[in-house]
Amino acid sequence: MTNRSRLASALVTTGLLTWSAWLMAGDPAAGAAAWVKEYPQADGSPARSCVSCHGRELTRPGSQVNTGKVIKPLAPSVEPARLTDPAKIEKWLLRNCRWTLGRECTADEKDDFISYIRTQ
Amino acid sequence: MNKTMLTLTLTTVGLLTAVATGLAISDDDHREHRRSTTPRADVDPVTNSFYAEECGSCHMAYQPGLLPARSWNVIMTPAALADHFGDDASLPDESREAIGRYLSANAADFSDKKRSRSFAKAALGEMPDPAGGGPRITENRYFVRKHDEIPLRLVTGNPEVGSFSQCDSCHGRANDGVYNEHDVVIPGHGRWED
Repeated sequence: MTNRSRLASALVTTGLLTWSAWLMAGDPAAGAAAWVKEYPQADGSPARSCVSCHGRELTRPGSQVNTGKVIKPLAPSVEPARLTDPAKIEKWLLRNCRWTLGRECTADEKDDFISYIRTQ
Repeated sequence: MNKTMLTLTLTTVGLLTAVATGLAISDDDHREHRRSTTPRADVDPVTNSFYAEECGSCHMAYQPGLLPARSWNVIMTPAALADHFGDDASLPDESREAIGRYLSANAADFSDKKRSRSFAKAALGEMPDPAGGGPRITENRYFVRKHDEIPLRLVTGNPEVGSFSQCDSCHGRANDGVYNEHDVVIPGHGRWED
């Protein structure tokens, strides 16, 4: 093995380890608990949680609470495309944390949500 | 001789009138037929798949020709998107700008479609208000005039519809840009005839 190829394989291994560390980082149980946590709204509108639009059962479709538009199930077991596009994950976590919690989620909270969804 | 000329002239005029009337009737029939079977888009359909995907995941991807460009420009500001009619619809700047460009370039005031022209005309002189997300299609004066005979119980009071913003609940081909009034079926009520 040349030095160069050794370096390359070391880099690939590191990359894979980082990737799997990221995948394993969250706590699915914490994510499941956060999923149903309700946040009262100051303007008198109904309390919000992830369940408001996605429902409790992630293998089933949800429904956008304001427009009624059907949301495909979040569970990768029934929608394999879920959690495959990092930009899409970030976009929705940003929007949905702001709308539901009234603030952006921390990196740990996001990891918990992702790891919970991944188990579904 | 004069009498013969007069008779000939009258006959000719009569024949021409009959032919013209016949043509007019058949043309009407043709138009009526086409209207009831294959209504054409009266607003240009959405052609941008990125817009359709990004905005259509929460609500119908409204055709750009339903609002003038200056209204779309207000809706697509970061502040308006963060409070998008009660939802957070924030987008990364690059996506936001790409969608904004598509919407304004194809807006009602740049369309030659009949209904888009009406939307643009009705919005003339209006100052788009950025509060609460920005201007609403359902508050455009042309839209309001076109829907003012429909009892609220059939729309906002109808659990199968819920809001005037759900175009495709009653206009079955809204996603193709077809908003012909002869095509309207209100869920739980049936065909809507003026």
